[in-house]
Amino acid sequence: MAKRRTFESLTDVHSLLTDKTSVKEPVERVFAEEIEGSEPQRPDDSPETDGRTTRNRREPTNYGGDDRRSLVSTPSRSDSVFKLVSFTAGATTVGIMLAVGLFLSLRANDALQVEGINFLFEQQWSPDTHQFGIAAVIFGTFTIAIIAMFVGVPLAVGTALLLSEVVRGPLRSFMVSMVDLMAAVPSVVFGLWGLFFLQANVIPVSKWISTYFAWIPVFAVQDSATGQTLTEASAFTSSAFIAGIVVGLMVVPTQTSVMREAFSQAPVGEREAAFALGSTRWGMIRTVVLPFGRGGMIGGVMLGLGRALGETIAVYLIISPIFTINWEVLKTGTNSVSALIALRYGEATQFGLSALMAAGLVLFLITLIVNFTASSIVARSRSGAQTN
Amino acid sequence: MTDVTTFERPVADDLEPGAEPTAGHTTAGQTTAGHATPPTFIPNPADTPIGPRRGVRESTLDERFNIIGALLAGPAIATVLFGWLTPLTGPVGWVVIAYLAFIGIYVLLVSLRADREEVKDRVLSVLLISAGVVLFGALVFVVVYTVSRGFEALLHVNFFTQTMQLAGPLDGLDVGGISHAIVGTLIQISIALVITVPLGITTAVFLNEIGGRFARFVRTISDAMTALPSIVAGLFIYAAFIQLVTHQRSGLAAALAISVMMLPIMIRASDVVLRLVPGNLREASYALGSTRWHTVWSVVLPTARSGIVTAVILATARGIGETSPVLLTSGITAVMNVNPFEGPMISLPLQVFDFVKSPEPALVIRGFGTAAVLILLVLLLFVVARIIGGKGPGQLSDAQRRRAAQRSMDDLQRITTKRYSVPAVVPASPAMTSTPASTPASTPPTPPAPTPTPTEEPTP
Repeated sequence: MAKRRTFESLTDVHSLLTDKTSVKEPVERVFAEEIEGSEPQRPDDSPETDGRTTRNRREPTNYGGDDRRSLVSTPSRSDSVFKLVSFTAGATTVGIMLAVGLFLSLRANDALQVEGINFLFEQQWSPDTHQFGIAAVIFGTFTIAIIAMFVGVPLAVGTALLLSEVVRGPLRSFMVSMVDLMAAVPSVVFGLWGLFFLQANVIPVSKWISTYFAWIPVFAVQDSATGQTLTEASAFTSSAFIAGIVVGLMVVPTQTSVMREAFSQAPVGEREAAFALGSTRWGMIRTVVLPFGRGGMIGGVMLGLGRALGETIAVYLIISPIFTINWEVLKTGTNSVSALIALRYGEATQFGLSALMAAGLVLFLITLIVNFTASSIVARSRSGAQTN
Repeated sequence: MTDVTTFERPVADDLEPGAEPTAGHTTAGQTTAGHATPPTFIPNPADTPIGPRRGVRESTLDERFNIIGALLAGPAIATVLFGWLTPLTGPVGWVVIAYLAFIGIYVLLVSLRADREEVKDRVLSVLLISAGVVLFGALVFVVVYTVSRGFEALLHVNFFTQTMQLAGPLDGLDVGGISHAIVGTLIQISIALVITVPLGITTAVFLNEIGGRFARFVRTISDAMTALPSIVAGLFIYAAFIQLVTHQRSGLAAALAISVMMLPIMIRASDVVLRLVPGNLREASYALGSTRWHTVWSVVLPTARSGIVTAVILATARGIGETSPVLLTSGITAVMNVNPFEGPMISLPLQVFDFVKSPEPALVIRGFGTAAVLILLVLLLFVVARIIGGKGPGQLSDAQRRRAAQRSMDDLQRITTKRYSVPAVVPASPAMTSTPASTPASTPPTPPAPTPTPTEEPTP
């Protein structure tokens, strides 16, 4: 028997109704003993089949016997058509995308079965003699992307902090839309700039770095046959370094907008608390904004990395393709998966195309992992910014 | 008993003599003494003179001198080093040395007056501003460089009206143009939009309004496909469509490749916009008895209209600029081709790519000119997107708000000034109450529209 409740004032009623334990019960059941002549009935829990939809019905009990009214409504005709159409759209989308994935995997399978695991470790690319692998191109892809990150991330973090913390007013909104606009500048434009302007101006810098930092193996530029140190300008053209700078500039706008989004959501209360404790602006940024926006920062970096890995045209215009692993980033010659596809698809036989698909599939899987890691990091961070 | 301390002036007249001992000893003593001269009083705000407003964010003269001095000293030091003292050469080196010297001197100047924390703060501010300047400078320079090198081509009218059919590689800029590429781009992007806009927006509506387990799956898949490198999209169409179906490169194949690339972007952007539609608008619509389809069509989509248009335009800008899917699928041609189903059809980015592969200076200038046209097109789309969008869902412009207010005034007048015949619901109502289970649930109880019967005279 339930405890007899007494209601002395409206406050008691209110607290009872808003109480967590009783809020799920219908009001009628709580007041069952107050309502004369009514018996609480168990709601009908059995699943109800209603046309095409089956659902567990749990409707609130109505008192008074016959006039129990079902709250479950079948959709009207327009609704069912709408539901059908939008469901079809979703299914079509999934169908297209799964088709891409499945088709790539199926076609890539031919090449992968011939080469097996060696596909990942072979540097040469001559599918017609069945000697091909992506070790060199994947290495080149990552080299370019990592250089791009070294160029892009400091700029992106600095600009994002500038936009969220320093600049304000109309200038800020102007600069924010500039960043968005820059994210839409076609990559072929960056490629042109890298090819015709940057190349000539970066060569002295590359030369200087290779002269003074040759003791770091990555920066040395040596003739691969003789081991002699090269100094002429032609040894520094079309290098991974130049491609990396261009790709870095290309991905900065994407990274900046993700990071700015995360930074600007740092709670005002914590910012003001830091200032009230006497911190300077940098102190506030270091202790509030950066820890808060860390997820957004990592997510932005990885999103940019995903784009850098998949970049084609700018890289294709700049690099001179080679099929060996080249550790010397300042030296002529590197490669990337997408440039390889752009280079070789035309003359490829059916089997060669299958090999290219395998390479594309590996690239896709890598960017997929990078992107999913990025979005899960961003989503799990405190800022929880949307990555789009 | 009640021990409440207030910061207000105790009103001596309100305190009864008998209540004084209970109000705490210290306050009691003061209040009794305050009968003659009140110990505390509220200053009249009007008495205090208001000085000139201080800008909190203004920099002092000292700080301004620091930054100006460092800005002058840095390049000066670099010039001295480069000109006379050391064998350094090259503009890049000069800039780097000047910047380092600027930072060093700025640290020195600030540390004359400030402690370490403040020095760090100032230097970091300068570094952040430098990052912004470098980034914006570089990006603006990329665009300006392209436009300026292609400017010569843009000056010729034939650049926009002719094709490259009759222009040889050695011809000057007064022969030939890129009209075929402009037409190709427009045709391809139109086909891609015809495919992606309905599909993308409907899918986004499905994700938001229908929901469920399958919707989550769709969202995951479309998120995954944003990672698809665009060249792989092109390779897919090349192998699956060109090699298996049409056996020739065509504008349609290029449009399909662009669609595969644009679709996830479109879905994602519209999804974000639709998610911002306030839930109470939907609930209000449902509460008025509208169906789901009605809610989507006349509440959700109109509310999100500007955001969706922005999403579409931004995705279009991305799609126009992508070269790599087109490279594999559209084929390169110098003649005008308006039939997307047959024959190669070049587009602007691919035309840029094709021009600059040539060593001929005239062709390279044409390439830059084409890139400038492409940039201007993207810029135009972007500006249009900013003008239309940039507003959250539900935010109306002044004209829209006036129209909405006018509509609701009209409704009010229509309702209040006309008498309506009451629809004969009396026979229907017992059926509604007595046999609820048999009520056709397919027709939700929509309130009957107030239709005036023609016999009724509108009362003035």
